[in-house]
Amino acid sequence: MEQILARAEKVAKEAEVFEVSSEETQVRFESNRLKQMQTNQSTSIALRIIKDGRVGYATAAGTADGQQLVKDAVETAAFGSEAKFKLPGDTRYPKVDIYDSAVQAVPIKEMVDLGEAMVATVTGHTPGIMCDAIVSRSVMTVRLINSRGGQAEYKKSFFGLDIEGNLIQDTDMLFVGESENSCHPLSDTKKVTDIVLKQLELAKNRAKSPTKVLPVVFTPNGVASALIMPLLSAFNGKIVYEGASPIGNKTGQKIFDKNFSLRDDPLVAFRPASRPCDDEGVASQRTLLINKGIVRGFLYDLQTAALAGKKSTGNGNRGRGSLPAPAPSALVVTPGKTTFDEMVQDIKEGLVIEQLMGAGQGNILGGDFSGNVLLGYKIENGKIVGRVKDTMVSGNVYKILKDIAAIGSETRWVGGFLQTPPFYCKGLSVSSKG
Amino acid sequence: MPDIDAVAQSLAAELKNRKSDYTEARFEESQTSHIVYRGKVMESIGRSTASGGNVRALVKGGWGFTSFNDFAKLPDRVSLAVEQARSAGTGKSNLAPIESAVDNIPSGVSQDPVTIPLADKKRLLDEYNEIIWSIPQIKTSNINYSDSRKKVVFLNSEGSYITQERADVALRLTAIAAKDSEVQQVGLSIGSRGDFKAIKGLHQKIKEMSQNAVALLTAPQAKGGEYTVVLDPILAGVFVHEAFGHLSESDFVYENDRMQEIMVLGRQFGVEQLNIVDSAAEPGLRGSYKYDDEGTPSVKTYLIREGKLVGRLHSRETAAKMNEKPTGNARAINYRYPPIVRMTNTYIEPGSISFEEMISDIKEGIYAKNWYGGMTSMEMFTFSAGEAYMIRKGKIAEAIRPIMLTGNVFNTLKNIDAIGNDLDMNQGGGCGKGGQMPLPVSNGSPHIRIQRCLVGGK
Repeated sequence: MEQILARAEKVAKEAEVFEVSSEETQVRFESNRLKQMQTNQSTSIALRIIKDGRVGYATAAGTADGQQLVKDAVETAAFGSEAKFKLPGDTRYPKVDIYDSAVQAVPIKEMVDLGEAMVATVTGHTPGIMCDAIVSRSVMTVRLINSRGGQAEYKKSFFGLDIEGNLIQDTDMLFVGESENSCHPLSDTKKVTDIVLKQLELAKNRAKSPTKVLPVVFTPNGVASALIMPLLSAFNGKIVYEGASPIGNKTGQKIFDKNFSLRDDPLVAFRPASRPCDDEGVASQRTLLINKGIVRGFLYDLQTAALAGKKSTGNGNRGRGSLPAPAPSALVVTPGKTTFDEMVQDIKEGLVIEQLMGAGQGNILGGDFSGNVLLGYKIENGKIVGRVKDTMVSGNVYKILKDIAAIGSETRWVGGFLQTPPFYCKGLSVSSKG
Repeated sequence: MPDIDAVAQSLAAELKNRKSDYTEARFEESQTSHIVYRGKVMESIGRSTASGGNVRALVKGGWGFTSFNDFAKLPDRVSLAVEQARSAGTGKSNLAPIESAVDNIPSGVSQDPVTIPLADKKRLLDEYNEIIWSIPQIKTSNINYSDSRKKVVFLNSEGSYITQERADVALRLTAIAAKDSEVQQVGLSIGSRGDFKAIKGLHQKIKEMSQNAVALLTAPQAKGGEYTVVLDPILAGVFVHEAFGHLSESDFVYENDRMQEIMVLGRQFGVEQLNIVDSAAEPGLRGSYKYDDEGTPSVKTYLIREGKLVGRLHSRETAAKMNEKPTGNARAINYRYPPIVRMTNTYIEPGSISFEEMISDIKEGIYAKNWYGGMTSMEMFTFSAGEAYMIRKGKIAEAIRPIMLTGNVFNTLKNIDAIGNDLDMNQGGGCGKGGQMPLPVSNGSPHIRIQRCLVGGK
């Protein structure tokens, strides 16, 4: 890395080298049986330069030829976007615990046992169900150095449990599933399987949904699959800067329900999305996005912040080896006071949505979403009576979140990037074949 | 770049000497370039190189897989994969036999798109972006261009040694219109097997796309419910991919008895005019290749013929377990993943009806064009149109907001009651499955008409 930086500094005013290395082990179960053991080793390196005021960029995965990397970066710098930002110099980073050496020490045998325990619990509950399960552990090392003396290095451990089940009866297919992850080793599979068993219980009976406007309770998984995507774009500093975010000019205004607060939080100990700094070496911080319904902030990387006249919020993210761009680390919704059971009890006729399929396909920028209820239940007179199918719901996130019936008290991590309680929403348009 | 031929050759003898039922290795090296515009400014331009490999071993029905991009100590990697397979395996290994092959397939393009100077690519994209911005009420735009050249060397313990090269070009443009708090967008996706010319001369199309985005600002939203829906070839291609294609991937079927009962060959899935094909063997499409990532030669596979289920997509393992012939559909997006059963070029064969005839007797329906996305859970699926119009009294009427359609494979295919005569393949797509995304595929269809299709809306 140091050699590449030195070589780049000879031809460019500023340079930055970013390296990620990871080692991962997976134990995979297919159709209720142990099927595959997998290891993945990977190293990739990215060089960003500022030459004649413009950004040049090149990456290499695997064996990197430093000379070629610098040459490619220089070629792209001739056309690159104008660099409005300065790379961060020597920075003090917050301390955030994200590495547990016990993860690497978990024996394969124990990972197999965890997978078998998950599969046995689910198949024991529902005969005929077919389960796929993954138990994985990994360690990732991130290093960054730049020509202004900035340097960052951290190590992160990851342990994940994942189970999916499908139950087929004639041409009826039911999909259930849950996952959990942490920077600590996980040894209790019950938390994951309890949720799957509950899904199976609730889906046992079938119910019909009418075609009309109904109140809907989104479980944490439901919130992730239906409501979060539009907000991800709306709070992205780049979309705000472009003028395409519907709330970009609404800072300080009350756009959402007074009980809704949302922040980006990369500082929660031992969460896989946490980190001491972002992928540009800017220190991590908590960023308030919505406070009691009022828009409070947006997420920025260095370049977007400089263009918009703001400060980077430490959200420069290099997805898939591309240049840093604003992205959340982990979104956290402040819990409310109502339990899930109380929400259900309050509804005379409505739906619970656990998984909505295809909600990301709509007009996300405008907040419109529409999706097929992959896993959801009908509520009648305060009780869940069974699973609904062949049902679509649609709505607009801004309209729905402006006036929420209740935000739940029980919060859960979903997919590693979102911690949320259930949302009880007043009226969504439901279309169904019954 | 490491010399992956030398690396592969050094391992050929090693693979045969291992105590496994089967061992294979795959080595890759690739170059890509990309240009991204957001709004008027170019946001990112870059070049990447990648190299890496993997070893996969099979012992007593259990697989071991190890991927790496550090080529040191390769024999140890092979040992690791074999050991992993041994600890996973408890049954019997079963792979459909194929003839081992030694072959070398060049990319077939006269000019590697990656080597075209970035300045030339940028000039073309600048022209396109100017067209988008010349339309009033366009608030912003996105352009994503990428190209790649990739070489893959595959070898296995049965003596196969196959080198395949391919090149790809992909372009996605989006025009975003806004007025007051309304935001609407329309996109266009074009792809090719490495021919840069395929993305030239799109000026008129891009102008229309941008005008459509503006028109949507004032378009009404459809009322949710069941409609007679006519799909254009692009959207019908997405439909056949999502609604039926994924169900024909037999990795979901081969160890699932109940699924096998549903997917029994001979089952009537649609009308007699309905024929659905997956074929990597047709040259020059995004999903085309001569050998899959297990070294199996590609073939043209009829999935549905005259409305009946007649075939499915296989890897060597799924074919053996189901006692059927391998179809060459085991694909991996890159060296970090083992191959899984995937589609290639999937399409509905053309029928005989013209578009005008198809809509002529529809009193009220929806004409849905262009794609935005699609997803499936095997039984139920959703797919969304990029543009939509009402059909009234047999004629295309007013534009409406883009719609999402949903269906149930066991009903919706049966509800296709007209198949057009105008097959067209869409080369802009990428498919995601098991974390491997976007895999180059193509989809196609003529215009089709579906009765009683559920549309989301107000």
